[in-house]
Amino acid sequence: MTSVAPVPRLIEQFERGLDAPICLTWELTYACNLACVHCLSSSGKRDPRELSTAQCKAIIDELERMQVFYVNIGGGEPTVRPDFWELVDYATEHHVGVKFSTNGVRITAEVAARLAASDYVDVQISLDGATAEVNDAVRGEGSFAMAIRALENLAEAGFTDSKISVVVTRHNVSQLDDFKALADRYGATLRITRLRPSGRGADVWDELHPTADQQVELYNWLVAKGDRVLTGDSFFHLAGLGAPGALAGLNMCGAGRVVCLIDPVGDVYACPFAIHDRFLAGNTASDGSFDNVWKNSALFTQLRQPQSAGACGSCGHYDACRGGCMAAKFFTGLPLDGPDPECVEGYGAPALAAARDKPRPGADHSRGKPIMLTLQRPPAKPCNESPV
Amino acid sequence: MFEPSSPWRLHPQVAVRPEPFGALLYHFGTRKLSFLKNRTILAVIESLDEHPTVASALVAAGVGPDQEAPYLHALGVLAASNMLVRKDLQ
Repeated sequence: MTSVAPVPRLIEQFERGLDAPICLTWELTYACNLACVHCLSSSGKRDPRELSTAQCKAIIDELERMQVFYVNIGGGEPTVRPDFWELVDYATEHHVGVKFSTNGVRITAEVAARLAASDYVDVQISLDGATAEVNDAVRGEGSFAMAIRALENLAEAGFTDSKISVVVTRHNVSQLDDFKALADRYGATLRITRLRPSGRGADVWDELHPTADQQVELYNWLVAKGDRVLTGDSFFHLAGLGAPGALAGLNMCGAGRVVCLIDPVGDVYACPFAIHDRFLAGNTASDGSFDNVWKNSALFTQLRQPQSAGACGSCGHYDACRGGCMAAKFFTGLPLDGPDPECVEGYGAPALAAARDKPRPGADHSRGKPIMLTLQRPPAKPCNESPV
Repeated sequence: MFEPSSPWRLHPQVAVRPEPFGALLYHFGTRKLSFLKNRTILAVIESLDEHPTVASALVAAGVGPDQEAPYLHALGVLAASNMLVRKDLQ
């Protein structure tokens, strides 16, 4: 066992960047039928500069050449693009697997049957509450029923292993077991990801992000039951809560190193949660190609250099969390070389409590300002109700 | 059961992307990603098709008996996750 030359840990290799992303997120449109209060891309209205079908196909050709194994397609609501299915077929025919996120609006019985016939398409139905009350408060009235109908249609069509994609919030973290049961009911896999203060999420993060106690609850749930739950490795900021490796996955920030985002107009950002000029690497059209942006942009080159641990340098957990999520820090107005706002040691709390200058999201395509519904929760016990 | 004296090859739905550290493997069927951590194991995997057994592929890639344990372990892991399949059991 001694003769294999020592190689740096994989995570260190990845931090220096790869010649092509392992996967990337591609928001195909900013248009959306919903107006979720925490939308990471501030979606709503279509951008008139949206990439054409031909431009999208050219990007897919490039992804095939670069051997990007799959794309996570989102938006906006990607299925409202008239050429959506054409692009999905084009990608899978060109050896680029597709996972797309949808609120379910177009997943009719007919579409579900069509999806069931493909081996290379994954469908993620977004749901942010295991009940209509919790879900619709952030995603809008009727959105729970719409998502459930999509799941039913997929299950009835024989589509195996759809995904239920949940952003964990203060209001749904107690529903993790219910989400799992819901997924089991439809033969689906549960996928849970971290709420980021990105896009419109910046406006609601303070009241929606899980509390410190809930972060521990979430971590314990993941360690106990997370082996069959997908996370997109998005909870690496919690890695310090337990033994190294207790959380499944790579647990590192891949922004500009192994992942990135292409937005609907071809702008390339370091990650899906970083739609802001600060994290804009280039544009697939004006910079010649996606390949050129990925390999040569100043931003990505800089992200692939060793990063300063800054204020976290003396913390024993730094090796585990690497200072947390860049986008979470940036959009909450915290310094990038300091603790994550949800640092498990609580080092982010004083900075959050102090005066903060929160940057505005880069591109806002909202239709007006969505309003979060107030949850009317029954008291846990009758005696908890104020008698007055 | 992974047995190096048997004929194995890459699953037809697995894509191999060489990287400076070795390679990435992606299985389009299971959607699983695996990492090859050096170029020798990549050479072994890519040559499996030309060899009647895993053992002969290892020899051809210059992996001697005293070096083969980590390679057999890695290949066994890949076989268990369906990245490798038996050539003779299709």
